[in-house]
Amino acid sequence: MAEFLTKSRARNIFYGGSIFFVVIFVGMTVHSHKYVVEVSTAGMPLSDAVIRGKHVWEENSCINCHSLHGEGAYFAPEVGNVMTRWGVQDSPEDAFEILKSWIESQPSGIEGRRQMPRYEMTDEDIRGLAEFLRWADQTDTQGWPPNDAG
Amino acid sequence: MKYQSQKVAYWYFLAAMALFGIQVLGGLLAGWVYVSPNFLAEVLPFNIIRMIHTNALIVWLLLGFFGAAYFLIPEESEREIWSPKLAYLQLIILVVGTLGAVGSYLVGIHGGREFLEQPLWVKFGILVAALIFLLNVSMTVLAGKKTAITNVLLMGMWLLSLLWIFAFINPDNLSLDKMYWWFVVHLWVEATWELVMASILAFLLLKLTGVDREVVEKWLYVIVATALFSGILGTGHHFYWIGLPGYWQWIGSIFSTFEVIPFFLMMSFAFVMVWKGRKNHPNKAALLWSLGSSTVAFFGAGVWGFLHTLHGVNYYSHGTQITAAHGHLAFYGAYVALNLAVFTYAMPMLRERAPYNQVLNMASFWLMTGGMAFMTFVLTFAGTIQTHMQRVVGDYYMDVQDSLSIFYLMRWGAGLAVVIGAILFIYSIMVVRKSEVITPGSANPVPGE
Ligand code: HEM
Ligand SMILES: [Fe+2]
Repeated sequence: MAEFLTKSRARNIFYGGSIFFVVIFVGMTVHSHKYVVEVSTAGMPLSDAVIRGKHVWEENSCINCHSLHGEGAYFAPEVGNVMTRWGVQDSPEDAFEILKSWIESQPSGIEGRRQMPRYEMTDEDIRGLAEFLRWADQTDTQGWPPNDAG
Repeated sequence: MKYQSQKVAYWYFLAAMALFGIQVLGGLLAGWVYVSPNFLAEVLPFNIIRMIHTNALIVWLLLGFFGAAYFLIPEESEREIWSPKLAYLQLIILVVGTLGAVGSYLVGIHGGREFLEQPLWVKFGILVAALIFLLNVSMTVLAGKKTAITNVLLMGMWLLSLLWIFAFINPDNLSLDKMYWWFVVHLWVEATWELVMASILAFLLLKLTGVDREVVEKWLYVIVATALFSGILGTGHHFYWIGLPGYWQWIGSIFSTFEVIPFFLMMSFAFVMVWKGRKNHPNKAALLWSLGSSTVAFFGAGVWGFLHTLHGVNYYSHGTQITAAHGHLAFYGAYVALNLAVFTYAMPMLRERAPYNQVLNMASFWLMTGGMAFMTFVLTFAGTIQTHMQRVVGDYYMDVQDSLSIFYLMRWGAGLAVVIGAILFIYSIMVVRKSEVITPGSANPVPGE
């Protein structure tokens, strides 16, 4: 490597530059945080039901089979837009009903088909999950996914 | 082994290899569920298997890093570890936490953020263990000689521990949850862990090739500078579609493209050092793993990362088998192979013998690396077809998966090769059959300058 780049210069560039990028990153994070709260997820209130649904989603670790906004496991369908796919995004009652019948019909037991486990959930839990998934679905995700297949 | 306290590394490496075994067996099982979906479906659902597979990986890599630090810091700072007792205490906390986590998962107790499923008490245990570690190694280094290698290693370890704070922050707002989640996940593997990797690699190359310390350390600073300059804002490549502002599409695409550079530099570094090296170290297997690690990291992280990092591509490939292909090869090359390089280098010394079982060890390198490469190829094919059918044509997810079964079968075969390689590796490290000092040829006759 060239002579002008001594070890101590390389070190100083490393420290100085890293601080520079950290500062920019923190600034953009603050802005993004605000943007999420005020713009991209503001279309629907973050209600108790949504929060409960998020906890149900987490306690059952649905993420380790499904993806949500494209993140998670790739073993089962994307659910960030499942309410749109089922055509119930605009109707909380229909969303609850269809999700309830889905969950209660698992596992399918069909030979050669991936199985979703049976979860014993109260109606409140299922209603929360449905609201959580509707809430996720209404988030402005810059036009992703490309189509309803998810 | 120059310093008695380096011995603690031995126990870290043993624990790491045990978990490595669990990790790959978990992977093999998960891969089998893709082939035969009803297998164990009622007893051990896929999500639990996957959780064990990924968590075991992360914990054993960390155990390996801790062990590597305890091994190399005494040599670098030329003194014993500040408190070997604390180092053992730290290991006990980590092992108990790990067993606790695996036990919890098996009975269905876990969190729901990917990779961060550990029960709260285990998360605290990890935090405490990290603090003990930082105290211990910082005191050692402060009292001794300071080198660029320990500087960068400590900085990486401090920063990655600091980022662990975000494992405790889980906002109710899903988009915020996701944003802060990446502060652990991305800023670990594509920033702070790269510091750890580069410094350990520098140490290994210093020892194995005998190149001048000045040269090695200058490279080291350049590598880690490019890693952080690209990796910090490169986090934006995960912010495209989760509810964050649109400007991340440009910031993320541009900076994450630069993330290829540190991996390219690490690969070049390794080969240039071997080329320039005047020393012919008898542990050839350690050299193979070091070169292999930096090379496969360049392909897995650099090439396969770049493949889907531009937002125009990622729009279609996001969350498909393309991601799975990349994740596997990147982790294997950068962090698994590097750890195995350290074990291969350090274990004979920790057991106070000449290098042993070199041929067996090198065979395990080719078996594992070949297996991982094949797995990456078949998953990439599967992902390409999936992207087209599902994201372009719009076919339903489950139907698309049905048409990929041949790839999943081949992936399982590749995984089997990796598992056999892993077992071979562990055997070659643990069971000394024969000393195998491969007689070096004449040292590089015209040493480069
Ligand atoms: C050793 C370093 C790296 C490791 C261990 C690694 C590992 C991973 C893993 C495990 C994921 C999946 C995360 C999830 O569960 O959602 C991922 C995603 C991703 N990685 Fe990396 N990676 C590394 C480096 C890179 C680099 C250098 C790039 C770019 C040049 C890159 C680009 C990406 C992208 C774009 C995604 C998101 C894929 C998607 O949209 O589904 N990675 N990486
Ligand atoms: Fe990343």
